[in-house]
Amino acid sequence: MNIDNTIDITDVVCPVTYVKVKVELEDMEPGQVLSVRLNSGDALQNVPRSLKNDGHRVFDVTDNEDGTYTILVERGQDD
Amino acid sequence: MKLTNEQLERYSRNIILFGGKGQKKLLAGKVLVIGAGGLGAPAALYLAAAGVGTIGIVDYDVVDLSNLQRQIIHSTASVGQRKVDSASHTLEGLNPDVHVVTYNEWVNSQTLPQIIDDQHYDFIIDATDNFPAKFLINDACVLGGHPFSHAGIIRFGGQTLTYVPGKGPCYRCIFDTMPPAGAVPSCKEAGILGAVGGVIGCIQATEAIKYLLGQGELLTGALLTYDALTMRFRKIPVGHNPHCAICGDDPSIHELIDYKQPVCESKVGKGSL
Repeated sequence: MNIDNTIDITDVVCPVTYVKVKVELEDMEPGQVLSVRLNSGDALQNVPRSLKNDGHRVFDVTDNEDGTYTILVERGQDD
Repeated sequence: MKLTNEQLERYSRNIILFGGKGQKKLLAGKVLVIGAGGLGAPAALYLAAAGVGTIGIVDYDVVDLSNLQRQIIHSTASVGQRKVDSASHTLEGLNPDVHVVTYNEWVNSQTLPQIIDDQHYDFIIDATDNFPAKFLINDACVLGGHPFSHAGIIRFGGQTLTYVPGKGPCYRCIFDTMPPAGAVPSCKEAGILGAVGGVIGCIQATEAIKYLLGQGELLTGALLTYDALTMRFRKIPVGHNPHCAICGDDPSIHELIDYKQPVCESKVGKGSL
């Protein structure tokens, strides 16, 4: 799997978590993959849902077993 | 330009709505607010809060105690100060991202085009309280090709309309000329509920933000009226008037006119609502 870009949002809380991912994806091309490291709990619950609502595809979730997860997001098409 | 972490947090609710790209449009946007009074105060506050990067404020008045009932950008401590200074102080305190440009002067046929050109404003908000200024702003925007938001408030009601060059009517299409002196009372004579200025001023700020974002439908082609007592909004469709003296097929007005009429409220005779 080719990962085009990575971002760590474990240092911020909702809704800035999602905001940071959203802004990062804006600067990428449709089809490119962003790896996001996030905390379990609110971020893990909310960020993937918001990404789906925005037309992106979350296709992999890995438990890092340190309280964080890494999700892989394929950037969707622009509206 | 990359948004800082602080900006991502400050504007997080905006960015969820229209992305970092939209926020950058606002930060690059320039809006001129003419009048730091009952309409201009809420309008400028919301523009600054949203992160509109350059906000021009025009007013030649000083803050009076009787202003504070509606002009929420000023405070008791700023009574006696120039309104542009008081407004600028409040806006910069609210959001240091905003560059506030002040014009401590009144608009007339000479000053207004210079003020608009000073920062090449993208959008203009007419937050004035008198007909000479309203016709002047309309005419300057039509002749100069600038989009603007008209509004007026009195007693328990208000109205607003957005003009975009080439789309729908201008203010003069609907109100062709100045009302005779004394026909319309000033807000000093008639009174004004402060919150009405808040409602209409916030609509003006919303229109400016939508224009900068290029999102949604503007209030072009309709006059929105608001009656607080019945809590009724009416959106009255109004078309472009081919006989309009300034934007019609055969316009008779080709330059700005300095109408004379006593203005509202101000001790120095140059007020904003």
